[in-house]
Amino acid sequence: MSGLEQFQDRNVSQNYYRVKIEPYPKTPWEKFKRVIKRSLKPDLLIGLKITLLEMLRFNIHTIQYPKEKLPVSPRFRGIHRLLRLLESGNERCIGCGLCEKICISNCIRIDTRPDENGRKIPTEYTINFGRCIFCGYCAEVCPELAIVHGQEYEYASEQRAQFAMKEDMLTPLDKLKEQKEYPGFGAPTPAADKLIKKTPLAY
Amino acid sequence: METAFIIETIIKILVVLGLFSALAGFATYVERKVLAFMQRRLGPMHVGPYGILQVLADGIKLFTKEDFIPQGAVRPIFMIAPVITAATAFIAMAAIPMFPEFTIGSYTVRPIISDMNVGLLFVLGVMGIGLYGPLLAGMASGNKWSLLGAARTAIQFLSYEVVTGLSVLAPVMIVGSLSLIDFNNYQAGGVGNWLVWKQPIAFILFLIAGFAETNRTPFDLLEHEAEVISGYATEYSGMRWGLFFIGEYANMFTIGFLASLIFLGGFNDLWFIPGAIAILLKVFFFIFLFIWARASWPHVRPDQLMWLCWKVLMPIAVVNVVITGIVMMFF
Repeated sequence: MSGLEQFQDRNVSQNYYRVKIEPYPKTPWEKFKRVIKRSLKPDLLIGLKITLLEMLRFNIHTIQYPKEKLPVSPRFRGIHRLLRLLESGNERCIGCGLCEKICISNCIRIDTRPDENGRKIPTEYTINFGRCIFCGYCAEVCPELAIVHGQEYEYASEQRAQFAMKEDMLTPLDKLKEQKEYPGFGAPTPAADKLIKKTPLAY
Repeated sequence: METAFIIETIIKILVVLGLFSALAGFATYVERKVLAFMQRRLGPMHVGPYGILQVLADGIKLFTKEDFIPQGAVRPIFMIAPVITAATAFIAMAAIPMFPEFTIGSYTVRPIISDMNVGLLFVLGVMGIGLYGPLLAGMASGNKWSLLGAARTAIQFLSYEVVTGLSVLAPVMIVGSLSLIDFNNYQAGGVGNWLVWKQPIAFILFLIAGFAETNRTPFDLLEHEAEVISGYATEYSGMRWGLFFIGEYANMFTIGFLASLIFLGGFNDLWFIPGAIAILLKVFFFIFLFIWARASWPHVRPDQLMWLCWKVLMPIAVVNVVITGIVMMFF
């Protein structure tokens, strides 16, 4: 949950206050009085003071983008990643093809074959990023948390449709230690175990 | 002697032209930086250290851009209009004494191109002619926004000429001369002798009118983006647009020098600060004030602008002149 609190805090209305609007002047004399009042009030000088103080305080909010980057929300749906099992290093994908089925822009393509143990493994897993709309359905539907969305958001490329191959997305074996469990879109909620209801076996 | 005078004048002209063109470019950098800091931004950062070469990059861009003239434009007038703005802005500087006299070897240099006895009148008059630049540009462009900008130029500049003239009339009455060097010498001898203490209202009026004359933000109606795209400069690009820009910034420096010379003691020594540095500090304070006000204040509507000029500033200026005259007559 760390890092999520600031995104979930939507309670911004505590410090609202109503602006007092004086009644509009009707007679010329009232208009004249308002002009005098506004001219002699130091509003203009207060405006100058605020800008000068901001300059002297030098509280700069610029993010110099290519050099500095803001942290991305955990629920951000960036370029996909294929994860491995943490202990054995085997691919998590079981080749069920649900992502291929649910994909509304038809951009996922899987080829599978049974391996020597009789398990189904994907030989090819490609996503056409020229078509992908990053809806996150594939990550949500995946029963094994194998296909997930990463944090990568700089995917401008020279090709109109840059295909992502399996080896681009799959966690390399030597980087297995750095693979983090996916907390974002489609991942089980923190209290998922408690929410599970036992399926009655006998009907 | 005559030859030496001509050579000296030509050198002065070249120095003023080159220096103020460069300063106008540098002022754009300062403006972008100060505006950015006041809005919690960083401003230009990528070209050179802290973006200081941004001016150079902008200059290269302006010089190498296509010199584009629209089909519906009146070609000769369209081409000559930016030159009028830039030229009048620089001609106005001819009568402004920039620094105190100094000597190179045994030769005394007076840093004023032409010390005429009607210096102030000349400066205001030439700046008034500067009105023709935006006016002709807008009318020759063949564009609605340009035409509106030109109309606004005419009303704004003509109206505020009146305020400028009337506001400096009271100091002129006190000093009894139109030469800016006489103004400077009148205020010699410390801060107490500055004319701003005798004529505070004239000083404020002159500053307000200066904002309008240089087309700066509270009164930047000529080229206010939200209303008339870019006003008279809508159809301009490249170096012709750059000339308008240089003219505007040169005018800012002119107004800064004028305000310093007439009201804030000019290039007299200030405490321990030598006169040349003192006037530079004053001028840069005014430049900073222009930028500062741009960061702080919204601009006014055209009708408010006219209302302010004819119903508020001009009566105050006239009353100021009258009171100054009465005080001078009886005391």
